Amino acid sequence: MIIEGRVIKLGDKIDTDVIIPAKHLKYTDPQYLAQHVFESIDPEFYKKANGAIIVAGKVFGMGSSREQAAIAIKAAGVKAVVAESFARIFYRNAINNGLPVIICPGISKEVRDGDSIKIDLVSGEVTINNSKKVACKGLSGMALEILMSGGIIEYLKKIRKV
Amino acid sequence: MVGKTLTEKILERASGRVVSPGDVIEVAVDVVAFHDLTGYHVIEVMEKTGNVKIHNIDSLVIAFDHLVPPPDVRSAEIQQHIRLFARKHGIKNFHDVGFGILHQVLIERYVLPGQVVMAADSHTTTSGALGAFAQGLGASDIAAIVLTGRTWLTVPQPFKIKLTGALKEWRTGKEVALEILRVFKADYFNGMSIEVFVDNPQSFPMDYRVTVANMGIEMNADTLMFVPDSVTVNYVKTERGFEPKTITPDPDAEYVDEYTIELDKVDFLVAAPHSVDNVKSVRDVWGTEVDYVFIGSCTNGRLSDFEIAAKIMKGKKVKSRCIAVPASWNVFRKAMELGYIQTLVEAGCIVTYGTCGPCIGGHFGIAAPGEVVVSTSNRNFVGRMGSPQAKIYLSGPAIAATTAVSGKIVEPGDVM
Ligand code: SF4
Repeated sequence: MIIEGRVIKLGDKIDTDVIIPAKHLKYTDPQYLAQHVFESIDPEFYKKANGAIIVAGKVFGMGSSREQAAIAIKAAGVKAVVAESFARIFYRNAINNGLPVIICPGISKEVRDGDSIKIDLVSGEVTINNSKKVACKGLSGMALEILMSGGIIEYLKKIRKV
Repeated sequence: MVGKTLTEKILERASGRVVSPGDVIEVAVDVVAFHDLTGYHVIEVMEKTGNVKIHNIDSLVIAFDHLVPPPDVRSAEIQQHIRLFARKHGIKNFHDVGFGILHQVLIERYVLPGQVVMAADSHTTTSGALGAFAQGLGASDIAAIVLTGRTWLTVPQPFKIKLTGALKEWRTGKEVALEILRVFKADYFNGMSIEVFVDNPQSFPMDYRVTVANMGIEMNADTLMFVPDSVTVNYVKTERGFEPKTITPDPDAEYVDEYTIELDKVDFLVAAPHSVDNVKSVRDVWGTEVDYVFIGSCTNGRLSDFEIAAKIMKGKKVKSRCIAVPASWNVFRKAMELGYIQTLVEAGCIVTYGTCGPCIGGHFGIAAPGEVVVSTSNRNFVGRMGSPQAKIYLSGPAIAATTAVSGKIVEPGDVM
C-alpha cells in the first residue's frame, strides 16, 4: 500500500489537547471534529490539511486517550502521520480508525515543510521529493491486520462473524 | 535461567504463554472500564459492530466523572444515554454522578494486584499503584475488550526505579513524579513499563504511589507499577476487607536499566508552562503571582492531599481563588469527618466532589486568557484548563495550598 502527499511538518511532543481540545469531545462526528483540528495553534489548519502527510517528532499524540484526535486528523483529509515515535494510545487509535501511522526515527531531519513524500506502508520505505529514500518501520502484526480491514469496527465484524 | 519481571509475570498469566519484551501478544483483561465522556463513544463503536453482547458483566466498571454534574444539555444527554445502556444490559458496577473519578473508584473498589486493567482514559496507569498492569486505551479498543474480553499489546521493556530513604516534610508523591520527569523528560519511557521498588514500604504510603502511577502516562510509559509490598496488602485489607494475593518480580529479573531516587534529596518542584517535563525548583519560580489554584483531580485528590492543604490553610484566607475537588465521595466524606473540608471552606475555597471539570478545562472553573494557574493535576498543555493563553504550573498539594493563601508561588516555610 503506497501513500503520497505533501508534508506538513510539526515538532516534538504534539499532545492531544492541541490536536483537539476537550470542549469538542462531546461529539464524534468526523466532519465536525475536522474543522477544529489543531485550532489552538492554527485556526485554518483544517483547510491546509487535505491530502497532506504530517511529519512530526517524538511521542506524537501524547496525553489523553481521546480517539477524536485520530478521527479529526483523518477527517481533515490527512493521509498518514509519520513520526519519530508515537504515544502508544494515539498509535492504536489511529490504526483503529484507518489512519496510517509510520514510526520513523530521524525523519524530522530529512524532511521539510512542503516536501512531497511517498510511503510504502508495509516495507516502511519513504521516498522524499522523488529522490532520497529513507528506511522506516513498516506496519505489521495486529496493527496491519486492523488497518487492512479498514479499522477496528470492520475487524471486529470479521472476527466475530456478524 | 534469568528471573522474571513483574511485567512478564502478569502478562504471562494473562496471555497463557511465555513472553519477552517486544512480543506482540493477546491478553485476557481482568477489569475494563470507561467514564461518561469516553463511554458514549465506546457504546457507539459497540453498536456499529452490529452485535452488543457484553463478554463479562462482572469485569466492566463505569463511573461518571468528566461531565459531573452535567454543565449543559449535551452532557446530560450523554450521561442519560450511558445510564440507559447500563440499565438495559444489567451492568452492576455502574457509578452515577457524584460517586467519584473513575481511577479513584477503580483503586478503591475493583482493582487487585497482578491484574490487567484497561480503561478508556489515559490515566488508567493510576491502578499501577496496586501493582496491576494498567493501561489507557481509546474508545474503540475498549469497545473491543467489552465485547471480547481480550486485547493485543506489545510487551514493554521493563525499567526499574528504586526509592530509598524518606521524603522531607510536605513533600509527597507529586514531587517524586516531577523528579522523574525532570530527570528523564516526557519521551524517555515510551515503550517501557516502569516497576517501582520501595526500599522501606512505610516511607511511601499508598496515596503517594497513586500519584506517581497516575503520572506514568505523563512519562509516556506503557505502564507504571509499584511492586506490591506490605503497604499494598494493607491498603486492600482496609478498603475491601480481605488480604489480596500478590505477584512480585524475581530477585534476579533483568531490567533494561535502573535508577535510584533518594527521597531525602527530593526538592519542592513544579512543572512550568506548557509541558509537564518543564520541571523547575520552586525557588526558580518563587514569587510568581497566581490567579487561580486548583487542588484535586485523580492525581492529587486523596485524603493526604486534603490533610496537607488543611494544615497549611488552617486559620488563613485565600488570596488566589481556590477550587478543591476530592477524587471521590469516599475521600470527601473522610475529609469532612476529619474537618479538612471545613478548613478549606472557611479559608474561602469552593469544594465539591468527584468531577474532572476544572482539570480538563471543561466546566466548574475555567482559566481566562493570561491567567496564571497552580494546579495539583497532571497536565499543563496549552489550553488544558481553558484559555490557550492561560499559564499552568503543576505542583504538589503543599505548594498549591501555600500559593492559595499567599497569592503567589512560595514554600510552606514562608507562610507557616
Ligand atoms: S481528573 Fe483530570 S486527569 Fe484525572 S481523569 Fe479526570 S480529566 Fe483525566
